[in-house]
Amino acid sequence: MTDTLDLELGSVQAEEMVLNMGPQHPSTHGVLRLKVRTDGEIVTHITPYIGYLHRCFEKHCENVTYEQVIPYTDRCDYIASMNNNFGYAVAVEQLMDIKVPEKVEHIRVIVAELNRIASHLLAVGTFGLDVGAFTPFLYCFRDRERILDLFEMLCGARLLYSYIWIGGLSHDLPVGWVEKTYEFLDYFEPQVEEYNNLLTFNKIFIERTADVGVLPREVAISYGVTGPNLRGSGVKWDLRKDDPYSIYDRFEFDIPIGTGVMGTVGDCWDRYYIRIREIEESAKIVRQALEQLPRDGDVHEALPKKIRPPKGHIYSRTETPRGDLGYYIISDGKPIPYRLKMRSPAFTALSCINEISHGWMISDVFAILGSLDIVLGEIDR
Amino acid sequence: MVNYFLDIFANVSWLAAMPSGTQFVLAALMTGLPLFLFVAINALIAVYAERKISAFMQDRLGPMGQGVGLHAGKWGLLQTLADALKLILKQDIIPALADRKLFILAPFIIFIAAFVAIAAMPFNQHILAADFNIGVFFILAVGSVGVIGIIMAGYSSNNKWSLYGAMRSAAQIISYEIPAALSILTVIMLTGSLQMQEIIKAQSGTIWGILPNWFIFNNPFTFLAFFLFFISGVAETNRTPFDLPEAESELVAGFHTEYSGMRWAFFFLSEYANVFIVSGITAVAFLGGWQSPISGYLDGPIWGLVWFFGKVSFLILVMMWFRWTFPRLRTDQLMRMGWKYFLPASLVNILGVGLWDLVVN
Amino acid sequence: MASAVEMHFKQLVEYINEQFRKEFVQTGEEAPADHISVATADWKAFAEFLKNDEQLFFDAMMCITGVDYGEESDLGVIYNLHSMKHNHKLEVRINLPREKPVVPSVEQIWRIADWFERETYDMYGIEFQGHRDLRRILLPEDWEGFPLRKDYEFPTTYHGIEVPKMKEGWE
Repeated sequence: MTDTLDLELGSVQAEEMVLNMGPQHPSTHGVLRLKVRTDGEIVTHITPYIGYLHRCFEKHCENVTYEQVIPYTDRCDYIASMNNNFGYAVAVEQLMDIKVPEKVEHIRVIVAELNRIASHLLAVGTFGLDVGAFTPFLYCFRDRERILDLFEMLCGARLLYSYIWIGGLSHDLPVGWVEKTYEFLDYFEPQVEEYNNLLTFNKIFIERTADVGVLPREVAISYGVTGPNLRGSGVKWDLRKDDPYSIYDRFEFDIPIGTGVMGTVGDCWDRYYIRIREIEESAKIVRQALEQLPRDGDVHEALPKKIRPPKGHIYSRTETPRGDLGYYIISDGKPIPYRLKMRSPAFTALSCINEISHGWMISDVFAILGSLDIVLGEIDR
Repeated sequence: MVNYFLDIFANVSWLAAMPSGTQFVLAALMTGLPLFLFVAINALIAVYAERKISAFMQDRLGPMGQGVGLHAGKWGLLQTLADALKLILKQDIIPALADRKLFILAPFIIFIAAFVAIAAMPFNQHILAADFNIGVFFILAVGSVGVIGIIMAGYSSNNKWSLYGAMRSAAQIISYEIPAALSILTVIMLTGSLQMQEIIKAQSGTIWGILPNWFIFNNPFTFLAFFLFFISGVAETNRTPFDLPEAESELVAGFHTEYSGMRWAFFFLSEYANVFIVSGITAVAFLGGWQSPISGYLDGPIWGLVWFFGKVSFLILVMMWFRWTFPRLRTDQLMRMGWKYFLPASLVNILGVGLWDLVVN
Repeated sequence: MASAVEMHFKQLVEYINEQFRKEFVQTGEEAPADHISVATADWKAFAEFLKNDEQLFFDAMMCITGVDYGEESDLGVIYNLHSMKHNHKLEVRINLPREKPVVPSVEQIWRIADWFERETYDMYGIEFQGHRDLRRILLPEDWEGFPLRKDYEFPTTYHGIEVPKMKEGWE
């Protein structure tokens, strides 16, 4: 790949240094290259280079049937793969006007929220790792393993599930799964205290993250930032409440927003703390959904025999752990999508990194990158 | 201890016949070799301890093995030895554009700085390689030579990241030398001597009959000085929460990114030697060195060794505990803490100790 | 400050026809019920109107999609807009000729359009006039061709290296 560094004489000032945080680096969450121009330790400009993980997702979707697209959607945001499937299924079901049975809706919400907890645990753990705290990472992964065990019991896979199909699910709940999930929730809800004691209210952690990388409200909206990053800037916007899909309007849960209690509204600490609070809220949702779960019903009841959506366009969005995931699907009546565009939340989150990193030091770049919680699979698709 | 060996030589006929220069060199070698072995073994044990302790703190198991004689010994005891063997057998890579002489010299300088400082560490009443009458000053002075090695390593690697790490490290170590030295000064003021054994002997006896007369309990200012010195010491050894120079997640490995194999092992050896030295000086100056906590009992030479190593091990455990609990401080926050908080605090300490000494004694 | 008032598509169309320009959007039986088609020449001014008008206030650009409508027809760009304040949505479609697809850039109005437009350029070759830094984003800088076009041919070599043949069916 040819890429010229601007080294013409006279254009680069003597004090400015160009630092390359290359595709291989312990702290860029995936293969991301950041070209950072610094004046000593202070950052003046960051240029992200993406595309190292581009796997032609959209071109593939134009060559396979609608059901065959589902494994591809898993692999985009590989950490929250249930939510990706969910978004896609909701989009195609809207296009085809399918109504799924109650049991399927409840199970979808349960697995989507469990996956949200798992994804936030990873985000919180790796954020601590970026800032230098080695232990919370392992505690978060220990708890995440329990969720992955639940998923393995459910559909056999630990990370890439392809579980939520168009019109239903791939497998029904195995015997004993509901009890195991209750056990997990009983174990897990007090654990959040442990994370708060170890990391959230740790003085050194607060010094590293409070007031750093402030994302103002208008900048966030203009850059299309959504999800916990937008809520960290004080905007109370969550698709599960403001544009509800599936059965989210039946559950009671809070939307935490950033209040700047430790520093400024929209700093790294706010975005991090929102994820911790969202873990608690998702646990509440899972509990409510488990209680309301209808015990009998066939999850394969509404699976269409042949998926041939009528001609039309649709843009549908759902709330994943990273933000608004949008699918724009154009169907021309064939069993193969004509055009499928995935609008990924991490893509928009990464685009604002230049704007919010001005004037901070190199160590802060990693804190900011960690707080944005990006997954390169989703950005590059 | 060199004199001890010279005395022994005087009694052995064929050794006494040798010229005094040779005798001296022989005595020095016989003193230095065990010390060198001690440093190496200390690193082995410290690495193993760190891995096991960090594993238990993180809810995992650490190095494990099935039995003595099998691959890593029971409880993984032979793991470090296996690692050391592996490192010796690794290919020695020097980057093409690196400054060869400095690159090769840097680990040795750091190691020498750490090793020489151990020469002045009193292990018990009798074992002390060189009982300088400026013992504490000597250790502080020699310990700062390590900075030169770090800068050489960072510069000669021809790597922007290493340079960053080296610069940060140099700034950090130099800044924290001052509070460290000033805190030790409080102890020296109370003792009146820089000699290590004198400082320890000044802590014999008890306060109010129960508490051992260690400087940490002596007066509130030395109590504060203990914490200031210990934390500055942690900053000197580049350990978390001050490990920005070798920050794994930011600078890949800071100033020793480009080092591989045995050269890298030297950096590691000297880091653990430094940890030992800092804990050792803290134990000597504030916790009574080889003095027993129950004054009068359990204070033979062997017990002296036990108490000294016990105190040092406890402090090393605390350092490791810090590493796995706290996130890391950013460079400017680190420097601010050193210059704006620790330095005035240590100056106030000196004033306080002086006044206390005047008033109480 | 005006309070949040959500408008449905018909109301949006009426409002735009009143405020922006008469008969700007086609209405009536034949008109589409979910999107607005805009000509290239009007797009810049319309975009600013959509962003700045108090009642519309589309401050968030949700998605920009490039489309290739078929072998013999046009390329297209589809903008999905959303208002955080009023919680209403709008879809705008622009059709572009295949030989010279040029459309004004809106990256100064909605900053996310910077990266979205770069991606559309990367995949379709649609040129966004006025974009300050239009270069490829997902593919390598020196890639030739625009992959998501329907008439795209996969290259057989890359920098002189042979690309393995694509297997068809069960080969």
